[in-house]
Amino acid sequence: MASYLKLDHIGKTFTRGAQKSEVLRDINLSIDKGEYVSIIGHSGCGKSTLLNLIAGLTEVSSGGVLLENKEVSAPGPDRAVVFQNHSLLPWLTVYDNVKLAVNKVFANRSGAERHDWIMENLSLVQMAHAKDKRPGEISGGMKQRVGIARALAMEPKILLLDEPFGALDALTRAHLQDQMMEIHARLGNTMIMITHDVDEAVLLSDRIVMMTNGPAATIGEVLEVPLERPRKRVDLASDRMYLKCREAVLKFLYERHRFVEAA
Amino acid sequence: MSLPAQKDEPVSRFPAPSQPEKAKVISLKQALPNNFDFKALGMTLLANTVPPLVVVLVLLAVWQVAFSHPGSSLPPPSEVWAQSWDLIIDPFFVYGTQDIGLGLRVLVSLERVAYGFGLAAICGVLVGAIIGQSVWMMRGLDPLFQVLRTVPPLAWLPISLAAFMDSRPSAIFVIFITAIWPVLINTAVGIRNIPQDYRNVAQVLRLNQVEFFFKIMIPAAAPYIFSGLRIGVGLSWLAIVAAEMLTGGVGIGFFIWDAWNSSRLTDIIVALVYIGLVGFVLDKLVSFIGAIVTRGTTA
Repeated sequence: MASYLKLDHIGKTFTRGAQKSEVLRDINLSIDKGEYVSIIGHSGCGKSTLLNLIAGLTEVSSGGVLLENKEVSAPGPDRAVVFQNHSLLPWLTVYDNVKLAVNKVFANRSGAERHDWIMENLSLVQMAHAKDKRPGEISGGMKQRVGIARALAMEPKILLLDEPFGALDALTRAHLQDQMMEIHARLGNTMIMITHDVDEAVLLSDRIVMMTNGPAATIGEVLEVPLERPRKRVDLASDRMYLKCREAVLKFLYERHRFVEAA
Repeated sequence: MSLPAQKDEPVSRFPAPSQPEKAKVISLKQALPNNFDFKALGMTLLANTVPPLVVVLVLLAVWQVAFSHPGSSLPPPSEVWAQSWDLIIDPFFVYGTQDIGLGLRVLVSLERVAYGFGLAAICGVLVGAIIGQSVWMMRGLDPLFQVLRTVPPLAWLPISLAAFMDSRPSAIFVIFITAIWPVLINTAVGIRNIPQDYRNVAQVLRLNQVEFFFKIMIPAAAPYIFSGLRIGVGLSWLAIVAAEMLTGGVGIGFFIWDAWNSSRLTDIIVALVYIGLVGFVLDKLVSFIGAIVTRGTTA
């Protein structure tokens, strides 16, 4: 079987001096092309570590990450990351931040083509009007949109989102979630999103991967979300299937794998 | 007629770009151009210039009173003005190869500082970047640098005179070795403090070493680098005067030494004022350039 992205018995142990701490153990997951997968779990369960392993920013201790049947061990633009705190370079304008990525990934394209591509991606997240602003001059939600545009502009095989809306207020978050669904519908990207928001996970995902608590966390359960797309948050609020999925995640998180302080 | 006009109004007031209906972006109102308040500006200017002027006048008066009696060891301000007015009013006269205005002498000294400090800035940033990036380089070199940086500028002079066998490169070397430490150490600290986020971005984009240096390291460490440069330029101005006293030439440092030897105390006082003002301007210049270059980096 050839899955698009395959996490094959991944384990991660951090070593500091003589102290060893096993963060992840035996993670197995296959993700199809175009799928939207959320990873949810209590804080400290190694969600972000898992994302960093897929991105190649952290090395796996055992097992391997296979993308289209090839092992990946170093970071690269085929697995673009949208960081939680946007990570835009503050000395560059919005346009130049995206340009840095586009120039690097599409070095073979002409200047005009690259310009069009930058503008296309900024328009996709509705940030074209602020292209000459610096990150310090725009709001948190806008920064995150530019971060998404930068990642999309790399034309990644997989888009990795590390709690992309975590630092935003509820209204902005809802707005960006809608935009994310629209982009996913339009481009059909494969996306992996870390989150700790149950509603966000159910609303956006095709599948929800629920992690057990650390240390040595692993996948506890994978929930299919069989809701039809396009999804509307207002209609879903009273949808039976939606509520069932939501309940399943909540039960997992708060009954079976309750957050343990100082675990 | 009136209904559509009313409907149109909010659109023209908020010049939001044409966007698909689904996702509404609420664009913030443009900041109004604030009216230039000349009165407030004048008041601020006065508030900032009057206190230092008053202090200077009071100090001059005290100095005048203290050293006016016959047989005092130092000349009072009035005597400085009377005896050295040719130096004060015309900084750029040329009466002979050794008899030139203080402005020209300052320029000669500044040229040396430019060479020495320029070299120190380039080497300091490069070596600082290497130390900041590599833990092993830092472990190896840091103790050495911590010892070397405490050596006073003039202690380097004899050894550099012996090495270069000429006073001109020796003076430049003294400037270099004095100014490089703050630049180097600050750059290293700045680079060590680059947020992991920026490094992650560089890794995902697969920036190579050169791209990483120019696109991430230098801009991210710029505030640190510029505070190092600012300290460095101050130190090089301190060192040039001392170095010139010993190496000769036509710089401002040698002028002071020369004036001392011919007992022209009033000329020395004028030269001190020149040195102070030039040092002040150098400091402000570097901090001004830094403010321009680093704008936006602290967002």
